Amino acid sequence: MSASRESYLRGVRAAVPFAVVIVPFGMLFGLLASEAGLQLFEIMAFSFSVFAGASQFAALHLLQDHAPLLVIITTALAVNLRMLMYSVTLAPHLGASPLGIRAVMAYFLVDQSFALSVAEFEGRPDLTLPEKIAYFFGAVTPVAPLWFGSTVAGAVAGSAIPPEYALDFAVPITFLAMTAPMIRSWPHAVAAGLSVALTLALAFLPYGTGLLVGSAIGMAAGAGFEYWREKAAL
Amino acid sequence: MIDRTQFWIVVVVLGVATYLIRFSFLGLLGNRALPGWLLRCLRYTAVAVLPALVAPAVMWPTATNGQPDAARLLAAAVTVVVGLVTRQMMFAAVAGIGTLLGLQFLL
Repeated sequence: MSASRESYLRGVRAAVPFAVVIVPFGMLFGLLASEAGLQLFEIMAFSFSVFAGASQFAALHLLQDHAPLLVIITTALAVNLRMLMYSVTLAPHLGASPLGIRAVMAYFLVDQSFALSVAEFEGRPDLTLPEKIAYFFGAVTPVAPLWFGSTVAGAVAGSAIPPEYALDFAVPITFLAMTAPMIRSWPHAVAAGLSVALTLALAFLPYGTGLLVGSAIGMAAGAGFEYWREKAAL
Repeated sequence: MIDRTQFWIVVVVLGVATYLIRFSFLGLLGNRALPGWLLRCLRYTAVAVLPALVAPAVMWPTATNGQPDAARLLAAAVTVVVGLVTRQMMFAAVAGIGTLLGLQFLL
């Protein structure tokens, strides 16, 4: 077996356990999107075009609330800004691959493929470029079909479930469940806590703008706190 | 009802912009360094936006006509605590939904 093939399979094996998170998350998105009145082809277009679960939930939520277009797009993009960091981090490892491959990789740069690839590339610094490329694609091979498949499954199931069974609280729970494990330090806690407090305090502002102001200040406070802590530690 | 024009604009613009974010450094900018303050801010975007996005729905749920609801507040608190302790999204979500369903059954 070639080294690249081995790398690819290692990536696939590492990503398979993510099914436990991706399948219910994808189904919930399909379910809520169909309860919001979207057709199956619209839900599929949404998932194929954006391919980023959290921002799809955010956009769907704001579309239903008839928030202004600019607010919807800014909020959903803010959720995806973390991927700029992923792109920066992977560039030294994968930047030498052909442009066509990088263009395809960019589409498949999601939380799971990023997290697994970084861990693998840092743990095995002697990997060749083809092996790194193979691992990256291996890590996304189970993720992409599971995401698309489960959103479709959720959408189909959703059209069969009467709206009165709507889980109104599933989205808040999902987002909180997603965020809590990300709070790894006090600056993270400050960013999340301040952002929530300000958004609630500014809830009287026209829809969505309180969120934008609150989360921008929360983000800056987290970054500022981290900076201050590093200075203080010197 | 979701406005279809708005929906398709969001699908296209969000899709293209998200792709450009992913492509940026991998595709075009290579090993150019980002300023430290920007990288620092990027680390906190998701953690600031995601909980704030749902905070109003936790405090003032539509299902109770905007009245704060003990079961939902407690379910949200359980989700956060279990997520912080176990670091597992699934455990947190299951604990939160379980708390809500259990309390609604009891109360």
